[in-house]
Amino acid sequence: MPIATLSIHRGGLGEAPRRDAFEIGFEPGESILDALRRLRVDRDPTLAFRYACLNANACKECMMLLDGKVVYACTARLEPREMRLDPLPNKALLRDLATVIAPPDERLAEGGSAREGLAREGLAREGLK
Amino acid sequence: MNMTTKSAADARHLEADVLVIGAGGAGMYAAIEAARRGAGRVLLLDRSLIGRGGATVMAQMTVAAAVGPDDHWEHHLADTLAAGRGLSDPKLAALLCEVGADCILEMDAWKVGWARSGDGFAAVQAPGHDRPRCVYVDFLSTGPAVSRALRAQVQRVGPAIRRIGEVAVTDLVVQDGAVTGAAALHVATGEALTIGAAATIVATGGLTRLYARNSASLNMSGDGYALALRAGAVLQDMEFVQFFPIGHLAPRLIGMDPIMWDPFRYKLGGRLLNGAMEDFLGRWGGDAENGRYSTTRDLATYAITKEAEAGRGSPSGGAWLSFTHVPEAELRGAFGPVIDRLAANGIDLTRDAVEVSPIAHYHMGGVRVDTAMRTNVPGLLAAGEAVGGANGANRLSGNAITEALAYGRIAGAEAARIAASGETPAFSPAAASEAVARLVASSRPMNTAGMVARLQRLMSRDVGPFRTAAGLARASQALGALRAEVGEAPPGAPGVAHDLARLDWFDLRQMIPVAEAVVQAATARTESRGAHQREDFPETDEAWRLNQLLELRGETTTLSRLPVAA
Repeated sequence: MPIATLSIHRGGLGEAPRRDAFEIGFEPGESILDALRRLRVDRDPTLAFRYACLNANACKECMMLLDGKVVYACTARLEPREMRLDPLPNKALLRDLATVIAPPDERLAEGGSAREGLAREGLAREGLK
Repeated sequence: MNMTTKSAADARHLEADVLVIGAGGAGMYAAIEAARRGAGRVLLLDRSLIGRGGATVMAQMTVAAAVGPDDHWEHHLADTLAAGRGLSDPKLAALLCEVGADCILEMDAWKVGWARSGDGFAAVQAPGHDRPRCVYVDFLSTGPAVSRALRAQVQRVGPAIRRIGEVAVTDLVVQDGAVTGAAALHVATGEALTIGAAATIVATGGLTRLYARNSASLNMSGDGYALALRAGAVLQDMEFVQFFPIGHLAPRLIGMDPIMWDPFRYKLGGRLLNGAMEDFLGRWGGDAENGRYSTTRDLATYAITKEAEAGRGSPSGGAWLSFTHVPEAELRGAFGPVIDRLAANGIDLTRDAVEVSPIAHYHMGGVRVDTAMRTNVPGLLAAGEAVGGANGANRLSGNAITEALAYGRIAGAEAARIAASGETPAFSPAAASEAVARLVASSRPMNTAGMVARLQRLMSRDVGPFRTAAGLARASQALGALRAEVGEAPPGAPGVAHDLARLDWFDLRQMIPVAEAVVQAATARTESRGAHQREDFPETDEAWRLNQLLELRGETTTLSRLPVAA
């Protein structure tokens, strides 16, 4: 079974970034997303990345950098070498490989806003922070 | 476990007239309809991104609707009831067929782009239909087109619909027996959120994520069923999980939906063959297809599984699906660039057969509702696949998207009426305090991803399309052990961005009772019917023309039976 070494950016916003390397065996034809999902089950359930559909390239959530180039993790194939995975550079980092990709008007606004229809109690509390 | 002393007062709060949980086809249609009927503050939530998660976006092709000149929704209804094997609720099925056809026409005005043929819609004849009735946009991307058109329409509605993604609802809030809103995990920030709403619509789809191989998405954890059950609603027909017979099995195929062979079968027929490259459907009660796609889903699932069990399966334990008899020009004519995407996966259809086997696809059961999509709990409605009843023991091809649209529209209208009536009590933070305490609790690390994988394996092994009393008992015991392991508090701490280990814990908290509901209902039904096949009770028993209902009484889920509605 061929083995890929995934070198993965770890850490969230405001944390010193680090890299973790995982060696993972794979069946030829498997995707980066296959490997990331397996890593969560077998090695580190805290590894953060985005996806909703399962390798169907329908949700378009799993965009990340592979060796500095933007790919969909679900269509990029594993190869028997070191593969460097990083979060999208032009999006705000959430954690590890996950970034903020929702359109601005489909996010929960930071700190709340009148447009969200916040209850008075909630608004008052937000004001206290 | 370290329960913090934080309470509902620590959660961000949003207020809405109508809360819609889930932004697939049902949820988006519900939001549009609620706003059209006057709800001024509709809040549309999804645990993923709006319009990109769930099952609608994964739909490949066909949407059943009686919109042809020589068709009528009553013909569609007759086929839907026949497919349901005697367990469909005829009133709900009629709404699917009648309102669904209207929705298809309205979607046309919203420029979904239904394929045309002459003056009307192009349509194919799917197995189980008496005539060509399944409209489509494109042979492989009808679902994305439906999602896109609905999302564009939601945006056109304007500020009456507020859309927020990455919100996983963990509990409904119940006051004096009525649902007044919800508590949720904001996945992006890891923070707790509460929502007050006069009416809440569960549009969360089905439960396919309970199975290791499934055709939907990460989002379909059965969470809507668990939310409704805990809030006091009734679930029905939970034993009926539809397996799609020809899910892709091997070789590894990436960037494509595992049910993509369905449209190939529509267009080109194809041959299902056993490990020795022989036709085998006839051996298990199927008719010779002669190059036509005519075998219903439950029968094909049965035949493929039985043939493999008899030691005559394909190398990976399924069946071969072959198009090698189809000339290359015809393959290219039918599927053009898709042929190249397959080539990139090492599959040359002129030379290679592929391996297929049944894959969890849809859930016929779900939340029990009336014809206005109201549950028995005031303030709580359901829509789409989350609803049980219309499809009985087996769903007809093409009915899922139609059901999503029709029930979404009906639920949205009723939710707007409820919001205007003022019949639901106002949200009280105190009623959400237990749910919020869970959202802000901390606990030791846990391999929740591994636990989800275990649940999927045990459900696939013992609660798949073929069940026995012994297997179901084994599943029940394993689920009990898993429930104890999951415990009362999520791993880690609140406030961590995109914390999947914690999200998986909240998902397990929904998946386990839903899996238990499937096992409980499947254990009790001592007959075989449609998608529920008991190897120890292989015959269909007319005395079992009953719907099984589940509800939570205290800590116990109790089961009762009712004759099928007339």
